[in-house]
Amino acid sequence: MSPAVPRTLSPAAVAGGFGILAAAFLAGVLIGPADIGPGAVLKELADRLPFVSLDSGLDSRQAAIVWELRLPRTVLGGLVGATLAVAGGAYQGVFRNPLADPYLLGVAAGAGLGATVAIVNAGPGAAVVPPAAFAGAVLAVILTYALGVGAGGRSSGVTLILAGVAVAAFFTAAQTFVQQRHADSVREVFSWILGRLGGAGWSEVVIMLPYAATAIVALLLHRRLLDVLAVGEEEARTLGVRPERVRLVVVLAATLGTAAAVSVSGLIGFVGIVVPHTVRLLGGVSYRIILPLAVLGGAAFLVLADLAARTVLSPSEIPIGVVTAFVGGPFFAVVLWNTRRGRA
Amino acid sequence: MSRWIALAVAVLVGSAAGCGGQAATPDGVPQPGAGFPVEVAGATIAAPPERIVSASASHTEILFAIGAGDSVVATDLFSNYPSQAEETEKIDAFNLSVEAVAALDPDLVILAFDPGGAVDALSGLGIPTLLFDPPVTLSDVFAQITTLGTATGRSDEAGSLAAEMEGEIERIAASREGGAAFTYYHELDPTLFSVASGTFIGSLYGLLGLESIVGPGDADALGYAQLTAEFVLDADPDFVFLADTRCCGESAATVAARPGWDALSAVREDRVVELDDDVASRWGPRLVDFLAFVAEAVGGSS
Repeated sequence: MSPAVPRTLSPAAVAGGFGILAAAFLAGVLIGPADIGPGAVLKELADRLPFVSLDSGLDSRQAAIVWELRLPRTVLGGLVGATLAVAGGAYQGVFRNPLADPYLLGVAAGAGLGATVAIVNAGPGAAVVPPAAFAGAVLAVILTYALGVGAGGRSSGVTLILAGVAVAAFFTAAQTFVQQRHADSVREVFSWILGRLGGAGWSEVVIMLPYAATAIVALLLHRRLLDVLAVGEEEARTLGVRPERVRLVVVLAATLGTAAAVSVSGLIGFVGIVVPHTVRLLGGVSYRIILPLAVLGGAAFLVLADLAARTVLSPSEIPIGVVTAFVGGPFFAVVLWNTRRGRA
Repeated sequence: MSRWIALAVAVLVGSAAGCGGQAATPDGVPQPGAGFPVEVAGATIAAPPERIVSASASHTEILFAIGAGDSVVATDLFSNYPSQAEETEKIDAFNLSVEAVAALDPDLVILAFDPGGAVDALSGLGIPTLLFDPPVTLSDVFAQITTLGTATGRSDEAGSLAAEMEGEIERIAASREGGAAFTYYHELDPTLFSVASGTFIGSLYGLLGLESIVGPGDADALGYAQLTAEFVLDADPDFVFLADTRCCGESAATVAARPGWDALSAVREDRVVELDDDVASRWGPRLVDFLAFVAEAVGGSS
């Protein structure tokens, strides 16, 4: 593993990322189980622009489908995907472990336990679910980090992964136990665990937006420091960087974003690992390239995954976690394969 | 060593068999429940059961309706009707502990779900165990009632219960004859799990001339599908039936408050019907109540 070669983000790559995101967003809004012509949807959307007045020909139900269901769902998918992807990329940088993602470090399992406890005590969709998920996530990442650092030193990636496995297993077991003791809410909890944007409305977007914005901005501001850390701790210190502080801020921001994402959409796996690695393969190993492109790519990936989730088996819905893992599992295998062969 | 084990097993089996024999014919005096022992669905029941464990809410309701309730000593966590069922010992049907069931010393066990090997394990202990699959048609329900009647020595009561239900169902269905054909969305939970016309509950709606927006799917294809909100809005059902009022606190008001749902005709025209979750999900005697309630909500032929 050679130190990252500093390279800057090319305008072409940024433009490409925005292009893919725009295409995914359009597809997400134009396509759905309800048979509404794409032209009419475009007219309906354009009608709300200032100085534009168009008759889309949609009735009130179809307009509600576009404005109250498809649009918030697509926006939320984009926010969640961007947050999970940038959080995954940041975790990989700060822990110097290419296999780290929010799921593997136990953050999502901690959030799952918090959310399950809230769901069985206060009902699905209660206002207490997001803060409970956040509390569980923070607890899990603290435990994982303390266990990983205490047991193996902060440079040992294997120890960290094992710590995450232990913490995730424990929280998942506790979560299953709580859920079994409340058999009547089993379906709501399962629905939540498999991940779903189905209940998404503008209120979820409003919940998610401040967390996503904070996490994304904080992580993007630290992208240069992550590159410095990648060179080595001593070198970073000579450059005036305090590694512990950077690590703490990055972990906090990534946890904050992950917890918010998990609380509105359940446990959506593999976004945090598929997207940063794709960007890394295509764009380069510098976090100055990876993090911004992961934001755009993550948003596009989850919008498209959600499009598949709601249309492939229409009128039935596939949990979005199933779609991302179905794509992410094989992809993860390819990344592993290439990494191993590259070293051999 | 192994000889000792074999001997111990032989003694245990021998004494168990002896107990069973004595219970069946003490001193050769005829039992009150004539016709025993009976052979039901592969299980041999030596005498009228006096210690029944029912791990199925639907079958608990049937047992009480045919007068076998006094013999029910334990029920599962969901068995809450009639109220006497709540006072029995409780077991967890979905995480069934064979040992806990055996410790209740039952002489008949009713299961609607086998988490794996429970029927074999209980039968192996000499406990007659009946496993009932969820019904596909109404005649499956009547067959299960008849089986429970035979197993408990209450065939007459079971026969009249089935006949009474059949008569009521025919009367309710007839009241809808010639009525408008409506579409419906039957909600199992707030994450929009629903049922197709080809499911058992769908067939009950079908008796009343109602058709699911999910379509004709059966238990394999789309029978119990998780719908997208967009599909429900697009299909615009004539009626919304909520079977998640008790579990999840859903109501006509919460449905109307969902994003975009106020555009539904059923919401605008006050055709969101709040069901009792339990009555709408069990295939006991109260399915007649379910049909009557739905028929009432939809309105008779005009």
